[in-house]
Amino acid sequence: MASKQPENSLLGPEADSQRTLYPNVTGTSVVALKYKDGILMAADMGGSYGSTLRYKNVERMKAIGKHSLLGASGEISDFQEILRYLDDLILYDNMWDDGNSLGPKEVHNYLTRLMYNRRNKFNPLWNSLVLGGIKNGEKYLGTVSMIGVNFEDDHVATGFGNHLARPILRQEWHENLSFEDGVRLLEKCMRVLLYRDRSAINKLQIAKITEEGMTISQPYSLKTYWEFSAFENPTQGAVGSW
Amino acid sequence: MFRNQYDTDVTTWSPAGRLFQVEYAMEAVKQGSAAIGLRSKTHIVLGCVNKANSELSSHQKKIFKVDDHIGVAIAGLTADGRVLSRYMRNECINYSFTYESPLPVGRLVVQLADKAQVCTQRSWKRPYGVGLLVAGLDESGAHLYYNCPSGNYFEYQAFAIGSRSQAAKTYLERKFENFTDASRDDLVKDAIMAIRETLQGETLKSSVCTIAVVGVGEPFHILDQATVQQMIDAFEIVGEQEAPDAAAGQEASAEPEPEPEQGAAAGEGVAPMDI
Repeated sequence: MASKQPENSLLGPEADSQRTLYPNVTGTSVVALKYKDGILMAADMGGSYGSTLRYKNVERMKAIGKHSLLGASGEISDFQEILRYLDDLILYDNMWDDGNSLGPKEVHNYLTRLMYNRRNKFNPLWNSLVLGGIKNGEKYLGTVSMIGVNFEDDHVATGFGNHLARPILRQEWHENLSFEDGVRLLEKCMRVLLYRDRSAINKLQIAKITEEGMTISQPYSLKTYWEFSAFENPTQGAVGSW
Repeated sequence: MFRNQYDTDVTTWSPAGRLFQVEYAMEAVKQGSAAIGLRSKTHIVLGCVNKANSELSSHQKKIFKVDDHIGVAIAGLTADGRVLSRYMRNECINYSFTYESPLPVGRLVVQLADKAQVCTQRSWKRPYGVGLLVAGLDESGAHLYYNCPSGNYFEYQAFAIGSRSQAAKTYLERKFENFTDASRDDLVKDAIMAIRETLQGETLKSSVCTIAVVGVGEPFHILDQATVQQMIDAFEIVGEQEAPDAAAGQEASAEPEPEPEQGAAAGEGVAPMDI
């Protein structure tokens, strides 16, 4: 029974090949916080193909213009598409060459409009984004989801990070963290995620953005501890074992 | 300027390399009633002369708020000015919606100029017959621009357009070096004085002029008549003292000065293009 859709509608079975129904290669949590000089953001370098940890060198954080840093979880190809949109945006902004520039607040709102408009067309960009930056001394940290929900806060996270990292940050974050304390706090969050999130891998990067610019660390791994006595002889006493 | 065989179309060049229709459009600006603008590092003041057709009618609106941080004063075909103001408001509100940030005035002015240029290169259009003094703020501070029908735009410390604007320009040229560091109130006073120059002898009262201010921490707004009248009265006394034949001196009254030209003033100066 043919339903009366207009020609360019994205609804209906024929159009399914033209819109996003589910993600394919995904990145897991991004965690970010404000500290004394700017923003610190952490994300691992994994790209999962379903439950397979297929790609292990995916950079999920990128600098945007002079003042902002974007981190993304979710579909990696959609993240690359967003980077292309932002490339154009920053290019046209620079071409004005007039002393004005798009700051993190402007980029965050642009992304909100982008994500929300795609959601309204039933063709979302399957990402959760974290946008942080600093301009003229003012720090900014916000997030946008794939359905266009956006807000700013002193610390944000995506995906599992919301459940595992945010509670830690709520307890231990305070204003004017030093760089070392900020990194230590992020590493604490990433370690919990590494233990508990199946899609996390032990290869992460931490990026910082300050008035001077953006720097991103070389990939490194966290120390983990697996010598808990409960892990020795894990099957002892299990049903069906001897 | 005389009629010639190259002035029928905006898309016809003259042998001397002029587009006469564009120049005629700039004439329309010169026929409109005066508008002035001046700026300091942090504030911009716009002012204009309001001429009503008759005592029975109201005067035309020549100053428009475009956004909290941008305003425009026009001279020439006010209908064209209204249309361009609507365009400017639309651009500002779209930018604010997408970026949650005010549109930098320098970018708006370029968009406006490009829009005007299109009308100088299409045989089925005519140039806009209005000059715009755009006052606004952006990251680098306070700015005043003049957009003309040719599609050019210029940045100014102070400027005047419209009929008898030369008198105001002469006054501004004398005083402009002080404007950058002037206080907001001094800037408004200078604006009122500049308007007085264009009136050339007619009484300066708040019903004849409109003043608007925008600055850092001060959204664009038009000053109400009472405030303007107060400022006029405050320095009208000083004005009397400066005039060579004002031997009266320290009259501390707020009375407006005698009006010898009242009868003549009512009939003159209604610029045809303002109708």
